[in-house]
Amino acid sequence: MYGLGIWRGLQVTLTHFVNTYLDDIKWGFRRHIHPDAFAERQSLAARGVFTVEYPDEKLAVPERFRFIPFLVVENYDHPDRPGYDWCTSCGICAKVCPPQCIWIVRGKHPDTGRPKPEPEAFFIDIDICMNCGYCAEFCPFDAIKMDHDYELASYDRTSAHIYDKQKLSKELRYWQSIAPTYAEQEADARGGWEHKDVLKQRDKAAKAAQAEVTDKTD
Amino acid sequence: MSEQAPVAETISPTEEALELLQKRFKKTVRRDDREGYGGIVVDASRLEKVAAAIHDDLGYDYLSSATAVDYLGQGDHVEMVYHAYRIAGGPALVFKAQTPRDEAVLPTLTGVWPGVDFQEREAWDLMGIRFDGHPNLKRILMWEGFHGHPLRKDWHEPFFEEELKPFGSRWPDGHVQRSEEHNPYGKNVQYPAEWSPEAYESPAEPAIYDNINLGVDVRTDLATDRVIVSLGPQHPSTHGVFRMVVRLDGETIEGLEPVMGYLHRNHEKIGERNTFIQNMPYTDRLDYICSLSNNLGYAISIEQLMALGARYEPPTYRAEVIRVLMAELTRIVNHVWAIGFLLNDLGAFFTPMMYAVIERELILDFFEATTGSRMMCNYMRFGGVAADIPARIRGVANLINDRVRDMNTMDYLHSLIHERLPRAIDQLDEYLTTSEIMTNRCMGVGVLTRDDAIAYSAAGPVLRASGVPYDVRRAEPYSIYPDLDFDVAVRYHGDVYDRYLVRLDELRQSIRILKQVLPLLNDTDGQPVFTGRGVYSPRVPAGESYGRVENPKGELGFYVVSEGKQNPRRYHVRAPSFINLTALEQMCKGHKVADVVAILGSIDIVLGETDR
Amino acid sequence: MTDNDFLKELHNPDVPVPEGMQSAVAVTNIGRLMDSIYNWGRRNSIWPMAFGLACCAIEMIATAASRYDQARFGMEVIRASPRQADLMIVSGTVTKKMVVPIVRLYNQMPEPKYVLAMGACACGGGPFKEGYNVVSGVDKFLPVDVYVPGCPPTPQALLHGFIALQKKIDAQSLGNYNSVPWYGRGPSDAIPVPVLGPDLYDPRQGHIMRRQHEAAQSAAQDKQADA
Repeated sequence: MYGLGIWRGLQVTLTHFVNTYLDDIKWGFRRHIHPDAFAERQSLAARGVFTVEYPDEKLAVPERFRFIPFLVVENYDHPDRPGYDWCTSCGICAKVCPPQCIWIVRGKHPDTGRPKPEPEAFFIDIDICMNCGYCAEFCPFDAIKMDHDYELASYDRTSAHIYDKQKLSKELRYWQSIAPTYAEQEADARGGWEHKDVLKQRDKAAKAAQAEVTDKTD
Repeated sequence: MSEQAPVAETISPTEEALELLQKRFKKTVRRDDREGYGGIVVDASRLEKVAAAIHDDLGYDYLSSATAVDYLGQGDHVEMVYHAYRIAGGPALVFKAQTPRDEAVLPTLTGVWPGVDFQEREAWDLMGIRFDGHPNLKRILMWEGFHGHPLRKDWHEPFFEEELKPFGSRWPDGHVQRSEEHNPYGKNVQYPAEWSPEAYESPAEPAIYDNINLGVDVRTDLATDRVIVSLGPQHPSTHGVFRMVVRLDGETIEGLEPVMGYLHRNHEKIGERNTFIQNMPYTDRLDYICSLSNNLGYAISIEQLMALGARYEPPTYRAEVIRVLMAELTRIVNHVWAIGFLLNDLGAFFTPMMYAVIERELILDFFEATTGSRMMCNYMRFGGVAADIPARIRGVANLINDRVRDMNTMDYLHSLIHERLPRAIDQLDEYLTTSEIMTNRCMGVGVLTRDDAIAYSAAGPVLRASGVPYDVRRAEPYSIYPDLDFDVAVRYHGDVYDRYLVRLDELRQSIRILKQVLPLLNDTDGQPVFTGRGVYSPRVPAGESYGRVENPKGELGFYVVSEGKQNPRRYHVRAPSFINLTALEQMCKGHKVADVVAILGSIDIVLGETDR
Repeated sequence: MTDNDFLKELHNPDVPVPEGMQSAVAVTNIGRLMDSIYNWGRRNSIWPMAFGLACCAIEMIATAASRYDQARFGMEVIRASPRQADLMIVSGTVTKKMVVPIVRLYNQMPEPKYVLAMGACACGGGPFKEGYNVVSGVDKFLPVDVYVPGCPPTPQALLHGFIALQKKIDAQSLGNYNSVPWYGRGPSDAIPVPVLGPDLYDPRQGHIMRRQHEAAQSAAQDKQADA
């Protein structure tokens, strides 16, 4: 019969409509307040209305989420190196960056003029960045990571959209808070929560000390 | 309803073709013996005849890709490369024709394979090869009046910085600048010497109407019952910035010309400057709904090249399983999206779309947790994938009001594939397939016959809805598809409705594949997913490769020429959306103007790929 | 918002109010009095134009669809015609070929009109900036109100951009003729439509073009004379 197909379609729509209210009844009309309701509404069990009511509720992003990169610096209350850059300005991120949006000025010793392993300036043009995550993936020092903060809307791009070192730098603590598992895995791989080079030096010093001890005992 | 495509043959196509062609055409046909290259080189003067022999006598009736390469400094010629296939399956016959750079002329092959039409226009536009006898040789991606042919190696764009990436200005002395400030307006733009801004009258717009009005002046000579209508580039039904110029008799379509290039982002020019690995995130932005299958196509084509070298390890089984998982989930995303949009175009505005988007979002949650991004996944690497799938899909509260979910990934996938998606597909079927909105407007509309579909190089659901069971996953299998049990969806009427049904069938077949993939995923747990060396600038052995995959929209191919360095010499994308449009006029002729929208929706184009 | 804040917002700072009465009295003009009502209405019924350019358009549709539902902001009326739209969401790469229709569409939108540049490409060229057919940011041609960076911005990032736009609308005042062009007297000027020449040619930059053209010509003549 003509029109039967459309009727069937409308039935599906009606089911969706009713499901929303069934969902309401299920949570006792506290769908937006009940702590478990959100997780269920945003899972495979979702029936009826499926909306994330941004900004009153925001869907938290997973640990691997990639947005704009940031630079990891030592915690500001670190005993030896507070706020110290992890970046050694090796330039791998700038070389691998597909749209070439990373600009690094390598630091120089003021006296000798020889390069030293820290960036004097570091820029990322977020109008070019494609959020691919290569910089974080290939950085050998875990010094550049992808940020999770996506709320970056601005009224002016000339002043706000080239990120300099100050704006890019974030504490190690921040990285631990947004990606606890991966931060931990990387720390395990490095052998501690310190920077790779610091750990290496410490290792060397420890070995030297041990060698001294063994020398003395001999 | 569906049938298995025949299994590939094993005789080398080049040998077979050479034997026959050299007998007939003597020395004008020779083997391509450059290192890493394959196929045959045909003398330009005999190209048309040889092509006809390849088509008629050797039976290569399906021309997949035709593209040009500029060999500046290596013989100073431009080379046209053709990949022809047999519709019954099997490997490609590659043949090439060379012509000098200064005066690049080749005979057109539109008489042999009509599907080469747009590809030859593209080669003229970007590479400056003139095709003798082409019915409508105009620029296709750039506008008429644009200066130069941008893919030539000696052509430089306004913001040209260096020939190859990485650029030296970024490190160690990278003082930031915006290229438009550093490079003021007009510098480096190659204007002809006699050009002046006052006297200039742009030929871009009139040229669009050249072919469509067949000698009629649009402004004066048209009688009232004949009109020319320009649809797009801003039109809600064109799926982006696509434009069609149609000649109407009353409401009936007499002629149609697609106008594209409104999203031409110079993918190939940028791709040739990039290193091999830098191209991976760019491929995400080709067909931006199916980024993961694009990744797969590119990875496969580079792995083919890498296999020529000594130190190459193919991806592990787990990596291949994850790749197939991703590719098939992507197919589901694409097809529900395509069906939702088709209904949008038919007038069922936004409700089917809303339901389609729910399923897409749920799959995207998995993509986001695994790859780090909802759409631009950048997940495949040469030799595997970037990271294993995470144990849990879990959000981390970071912003105010963040709400956290925590789900076991394997459980999530299991109930997604076994319950949620099959139910959603059944629901789609239930409320759309018999709906009068669908049947009345789609049945018998936009028919593409079997022979036309093959001749026009149509691919994907468009080809299979015309009764051709051609699927790259079966015709030239890759990854672990030979181990998997699935049917090639095929329908026989070739109309809009059958294209919709093929998509629905493919959704079900994808679910079938995914159900087989899940246990494999469990079995291979713990295996590494990446066998490459993880360097940021891998070198790729010299040679050429054409890697192709069955993308949701059709056959996606990457033709890459490497010189053994970090950067490719040529990087060409055989985009299914682009080539499927060649048959658009054929499908639309004789229908009403309102049907164009439905027909275009049924081809399912995406502009990122059409225009690149 | 307490009553006090509300009064403060209404109050015209040019008119002094005695010390003791500041918590209860606000001196205002009609424009300021209307602002809150007028802006409330306007910010909650922004009609965007159905206009997708590239990848970001998919995220824009996702924002309009089931999960993020921009109807909650009164923005669900997506119009295909520029004549009925208030907001142009430039969602994706602006190519030189496409910027011509974009400028034309913008000129056809009735005032007050807003432009939101969504994604890196629309903001400043994005990853494709170096290409020969890509405009480095739509703000080279149109006045952009809100920039939403990201490639692509997630739907939540776009919603954040919408909220930023609402805040901007809230801050505009009927009483201040200079704050936005459309509260001034007379119609505002249309943006000249760029021309597709040998390369994209912006009529506003005609003088630069002319200078460069003359320089090139004289250089060519010098060369000829030398020869």
